[in-house]
Amino acid sequence: MAHAAFLVIAALAVASALGLVWRRNAIHGALFLVVNLGSVAALYLTLGAEFLAAVQVIVYAGAIMVLFVFAIMVLIPGKEETGLDPRRGWRLLALPVGALLALQLLLVVRAGVGPVAPAAAVPGGVEAVARLLFTRYLLPFELTSVLLLAAMVGVLLLARRRV
Amino acid sequence: MVAESWYVALSAVLFSIGVVGVVVRRNPLVMFMSIELMLNAANLAFVAFGRRAGNADGQIAVFFVMAVAAAEVAVGLAIIVTVFRLRRRLSVDDLSLMRW
Repeated sequence: MAHAAFLVIAALAVASALGLVWRRNAIHGALFLVVNLGSVAALYLTLGAEFLAAVQVIVYAGAIMVLFVFAIMVLIPGKEETGLDPRRGWRLLALPVGALLALQLLLVVRAGVGPVAPAAAVPGGVEAVARLLFTRYLLPFELTSVLLLAAMVGVLLLARRRV
Repeated sequence: MVAESWYVALSAVLFSIGVVGVVVRRNPLVMFMSIELMLNAANLAFVAFGRRAGNADGQIAVFFVMAVAAAEVAVGLAIIVTVFRLRRRLSVDDLSLMRW
């Protein structure tokens, strides 16, 4: 049962990732990416990371993708990739190279992550995450807020009308 | 219970698709979304390895990656919008103004 669920969700994730790369229309790509993020959130659930699944849906599929869709709407896409590609040969070279990369990574996974019995019960859930976040990782957590503030100031500076 | 190696293998496949997307596409927005795809693949591997190690440290790492990704998307999209405003075109091939 768990294997069947994993296979279905994994197929959905891979198919939507391929759709993102394949479709020319950027808005289709954005919707495919939403599907992909949702299926990864489902995989987090099967891994016992409920908090991350919720954050994935709220932050990624919610906030970040809305930002992407807004940018796509503002930038009037659909015209930029229609012309003749002067470097088509080089770009298509990426397909075999990407396949080779996937093959290498899969071989590494096969060699490195053997079927070892998992350790003790996983301390998943919100409580374990919160306990770690506010004890051992308190300083990085606070620095994250500084990072977000810096990003916000930088975006305001960039998006300002030119004087 | 599905073994962690399956999750890591799926993460490797998703990462490779993201790499191909960054190289193949010409639209900077789609390249950006492919980068998000790669970040997600790495996050999946983090969570899988965290379950294997039997603690929640992997989930903390994913939390920080998400925060950095949010900041990165905001700044990156602002840069793309600014470049579009200057050039009125949206192809990475004629974007060399940040190169010297």
